[in-house]
Amino acid sequence: MAKSFKEALESGKFVVTAEVGPPKGTDIEEMLHHIDLLKDKVDGLNVTDNQSSVMRLSSISVSHIIKEKGGEPILQMTCRDRNRLALESDLISANILGVDNVLCLTGDYITVGDHVEAMPVFDLDSVLLLKTVRLLESGKDSGGNELKGAARFCAGAIVTPEANPIEPQLLKFEKKIKAGAEFFQTQAIYDLDNFKKFMKYARQFNVKILAGIVLLVSSGMAKYMNANVPGIFVPKDLIDEMAGAEKGKALEKGIEIAGRMIKTLKDENICDGVHIMAIGKEGKVPDILAAAGLA
Amino acid sequence: MIVADRKPLEQISSMIEGNNKILIVGCGECVSVCMVGGEKEVEILASQLRMAAGKEGKKIEIGEATLERQCDKEYLELLKDRIENYDVVVSMACGAGVQFLAEMYDHKIVLPATNTRFIGVTEGEGVWTERCRACSDCVLAETGGICPVTICAKGLLNGPCGGTNDGKCEVSKEKDCAWTLIYNRLNKLGRLDSIREIFPAKKYNVQTRPGRRIHEAFKEKE
Repeated sequence: MAKSFKEALESGKFVVTAEVGPPKGTDIEEMLHHIDLLKDKVDGLNVTDNQSSVMRLSSISVSHIIKEKGGEPILQMTCRDRNRLALESDLISANILGVDNVLCLTGDYITVGDHVEAMPVFDLDSVLLLKTVRLLESGKDSGGNELKGAARFCAGAIVTPEANPIEPQLLKFEKKIKAGAEFFQTQAIYDLDNFKKFMKYARQFNVKILAGIVLLVSSGMAKYMNANVPGIFVPKDLIDEMAGAEKGKALEKGIEIAGRMIKTLKDENICDGVHIMAIGKEGKVPDILAAAGLA
Repeated sequence: MIVADRKPLEQISSMIEGNNKILIVGCGECVSVCMVGGEKEVEILASQLRMAAGKEGKKIEIGEATLERQCDKEYLELLKDRIENYDVVVSMACGAGVQFLAEMYDHKIVLPATNTRFIGVTEGEGVWTERCRACSDCVLAETGGICPVTICAKGLLNGPCGGTNDGKCEVSKEKDCAWTLIYNRLNKLGRLDSIREIFPAKKYNVQTRPGRRIHEAFKEKE
């Protein structure tokens, strides 16, 4: 990508980001393949940080690899595993490796993952992590000490437009903006009418919103998410559409739905871009982009 | 109050293994209220250990004592003579009581019979729930009297995480989301403004480990 992620955000174009999940172990062949496949097709590639509290390769090392390959990594950082000292150190370390986009997250709780006996840290929260990023940019650390060389970041956060109740989430959304978030990637959205309502509210703030698109691979997955994933709601008509797909064609149907949603979001100028999460099916992102008319 | 659980009998049995004279010491304060280490529970543990020893044909002598509390020297001193008749002391107090007893009688083996859980309240009959993490920097004035440090699994200070759903916590659907509770309470009180500003990161250096506090009037003496 010729443009940086920040430039893409500021250009006013419909921004597309996707996601790379670091593997658990040192065999990175498949991940490298995904990076090569996606890096020139999207404006930024998120790198998850021990996603779902499962120990994997670090988001910093993988972000660095993407940068070396000429892509635009978006470093995900959670507050679950590191105290403020370690987070600040990792932030400036990422910076000298050329990684200058960061998505600040609280992080899932330890016990949802595969190291259930580990200590949950949460010294900071996502709001305070954003503030810390801005502090490092001012040339100081949170101990009040001068840095030898300030940091520079394009910093973002997440928001869950389908959260129930939504009010406490919006209060936090506004705090994240106050703390310095420039962009938001949302939790998966499927109900565009609901999302439009959220965008009507969000438009009053000077931040870029990228709608979260999670690829549906079956009607069962949709039902599972409705029952088990907080802040995700797949409406019945989409579940029926998935269920009605020809045998063996559910994935194609999911790609078609994702492409159609992205096209609507873009054509109707509903938000500033999309963040595509094709969990486990990263190789299908180009097909989604093609279905959206973005390839 | 401090809420504790009793350790499993097998664990207590294995701790005292090889000792024949055992003194079980209960505490009349918190652990008595939460039905884990008071006079009655001392009696129960003593019977259980006697029965276990009997089954294995072992001879064992178990003494029982319950102090007013184990976190004050004046009560611990009451064991002074009696304790000499025993090889091992099993304290049923919280971790603080066990340590204070062990400190006063440091020539004796003192073992814990409980796992200390939390500072909490009696929510209903036989139900205790945590309310305070003793963080040394109380935020309850801002959060509507509901502690995010304690009630939120992640101890978040600036609002709910994305894992909350229908007012429940991502850790368990049995747990309430602290920040939904806080939001609703403050909304009811017309005080939502108190959580709109960014709350600063906690200052962990005020939580000195181990904690120590001296009353003003006694500072000179120290």
